[in-house]
Amino acid sequence: MPHLTRRALPAAAFLAAMLAGAAGAQTTTVRVLHVEQNPTIVAYWNDIARAYESANPGTKVELQYLENEAYKKKLTTLLQSSDKPDIIYSWGGGVLREQVKAGVIEDLTPAMDADWRGRFIPAAVQAYTIDGKVYGVPMHTSQVGFFYNRELFAKAGVDADGIKTWDDLLTAVKKLQAAGITPITAGGADKWPLHFYWTHLAVRLGGKPAFDAAIAGKGKGFADETFVQAGAVFQQLVDLKPFQAGFLGTTYPQSSGQFGDGKAAMVLQGNFVLNSMRVNAADKKGLPDDKLGWFAFPTVPGGKGDPSDTLGGLNGWLVTKGAPKAAAGYLRFFSEAANQRIAAERGFYIPVVNGTQDAIANPFLRQIAQNVARSKYHQIFYDQALGPAVGATVNDVSTDIAAGRMKPAEAAEAVQQAWVLAN
Amino acid sequence: MAFQAPPWLRFVTGRVGPKAGVALLFLPPALFLFTLFVALPMGEAAWYSFYNWNGFGSPTQFVGWRNFDLLFANRAFRIALTNNGLIIAVSLLVQLPLALGLAMLLADRVRGATTFRLIFFMPYILAEVAAGLIWRFVYDGDYGLIAQIWGLFGVEAPHLLADPDLAIHAILGVIVWKYFGFHMMLYIAGLQQIDRNLYEAAHMDGATGWQIFSRVTVPLLGPTIRLSVFFAILGSIQLFDLIMPLTKGGPSDSTQTMVTYLYSYGVTRMRIGFGSAVGVVLFVICVAFAFDYKRVAMRHD
Repeated sequence: MPHLTRRALPAAAFLAAMLAGAAGAQTTTVRVLHVEQNPTIVAYWNDIARAYESANPGTKVELQYLENEAYKKKLTTLLQSSDKPDIIYSWGGGVLREQVKAGVIEDLTPAMDADWRGRFIPAAVQAYTIDGKVYGVPMHTSQVGFFYNRELFAKAGVDADGIKTWDDLLTAVKKLQAAGITPITAGGADKWPLHFYWTHLAVRLGGKPAFDAAIAGKGKGFADETFVQAGAVFQQLVDLKPFQAGFLGTTYPQSSGQFGDGKAAMVLQGNFVLNSMRVNAADKKGLPDDKLGWFAFPTVPGGKGDPSDTLGGLNGWLVTKGAPKAAAGYLRFFSEAANQRIAAERGFYIPVVNGTQDAIANPFLRQIAQNVARSKYHQIFYDQALGPAVGATVNDVSTDIAAGRMKPAEAAEAVQQAWVLAN
Repeated sequence: MAFQAPPWLRFVTGRVGPKAGVALLFLPPALFLFTLFVALPMGEAAWYSFYNWNGFGSPTQFVGWRNFDLLFANRAFRIALTNNGLIIAVSLLVQLPLALGLAMLLADRVRGATTFRLIFFMPYILAEVAAGLIWRFVYDGDYGLIAQIWGLFGVEAPHLLADPDLAIHAILGVIVWKYFGFHMMLYIAGLQQIDRNLYEAAHMDGATGWQIFSRVTVPLLGPTIRLSVFFAILGSIQLFDLIMPLTKGGPSDSTQTMVTYLYSYGVTRMRIGFGSAVGVVLFVICVAFAFDYKRVAMRHD
């Protein structure tokens, strides 16, 4: 690969010169690569881009879309090519660490120190800080929890407010099944939707100390009791067969659509499922807000985690090495409170910019924003936090437990082995 | 006009034969492209396979044979090997006989033969990814064709691609459907080469249909059959693009092949060194098979 790149460079430079010549003298183009499927959000980002262009003549901002799974797989190659985008979407975590280590991401510390850092919630900047340097511009946060269909819950006589512990959840599942309703939909073919179960159980069972001990290599690491127990507790749910028929072949978009169509009572997802549900529902609308409900991931008796601990994401943008100065300039404009308030008002996501959260109109997002703000331990998704190899293993074992193909102890052991190999 | 070798070439041609001049002229472009796109990447893969490398920059962490040790100890890789074996078996035992049978029916100039040939050849023309997507819809347990058929009998359809025990069989079905037309065409071409007089002679000697088939058709079709077996086995070992849209190797790795395994455990996990080790194993298997098969089975062809 690197060999080919070097050979391709002169040709690419020649082509770029030709194109630049044709496009006219001084235009700088900032290319942004994102994974957003929802056209209204993309339209909103495009509005910001156009506003930036008119304020900065001679600069052009181009938004390019790549499908979520394809994006993750293509990025390593893309980042080392001469055709790399200037701004990329990021989940932070271990993938970011590897990208930074490889030297393909621009250090934004000087820009951030120049009156920019203070705009964000401190935890958000922290998530993009590696060895004291800031490598990204955080955009939004999210939390994983259960979204449920109020009509179906009412039909089965389940009270969502009563679901506090894992046993409550199991009882609710049984009641829904007795009423002939599919309790939960999950996108098992993409695997990561199932890893929320295993990892959130680990958050509930062990809290921050267990995770910190595991990545510090203390004790048995990820083969420790907490993680074995997470699998065992998940197994209790799996044994009830709570998921839709054929869930191992269902993708995340299909499963969000099923929830939006009212084919299942619950889905365990980040709040971004609200967007995905609308796009993928048969009527392109999905469940309206008044038919939707949300409750936090249940606690497990004896768990050491605090009930206020949250699992979620802290997503943002990275500037690639060698990108034009305008890339950081655009992100600074993008992250202005005035621009991010719009996302809050329209319920697109939960911005991490100060002075936007009071604008959140959507009741679910408002609730989640408060949860994350209150949380003392916001665990980033394991499949991002632990890096691609270990993350994928967590996704694998969670799916294998859900498929009834792996024992909890084997699962924890497999994750630990992957961790040892990768570090 | 005959090719006139320049004096500097004549020196060489004089030694190794008159055609060498032409060869020397035509060889460099091919050799260059082969080196650039085949030999170099293969060499690089072999080199990477001894490193722990995530694909960024150049590999630096030498790990010896560890990638290979991990590979052969991995459950999913053993499943992939078994699946490749299964695909070869089904190709040879189901697909080729089916193709031969249909070829026997359609080789003669009977009415409608061309239409049927075209219909049977159609799946082969289709892009693998498109075929995979089509069958994903067909197999869908909620809305697919299978679901409709099962629905007629009032039973709930199985989700074939979501069942770790059934998914590989569903895929085998698609493989047979996708590639039998190609082998059928090979056989039809082979059958049309056979001299009609031989059949007449066999008839006059009182041979039964089965005797004609086994004593005349099959031996004379030998070279074609050996070629089609060769293609079927190599294709089976390298199967990838049909599986990705269908199952991506899941559920629970039950439909991995060596190449999908390489992709999901090497490329997507940014373990390029490990992925290269898979590539090396795959390459060794393919080369060993290709050379041995050519030497043993196809030595007279």
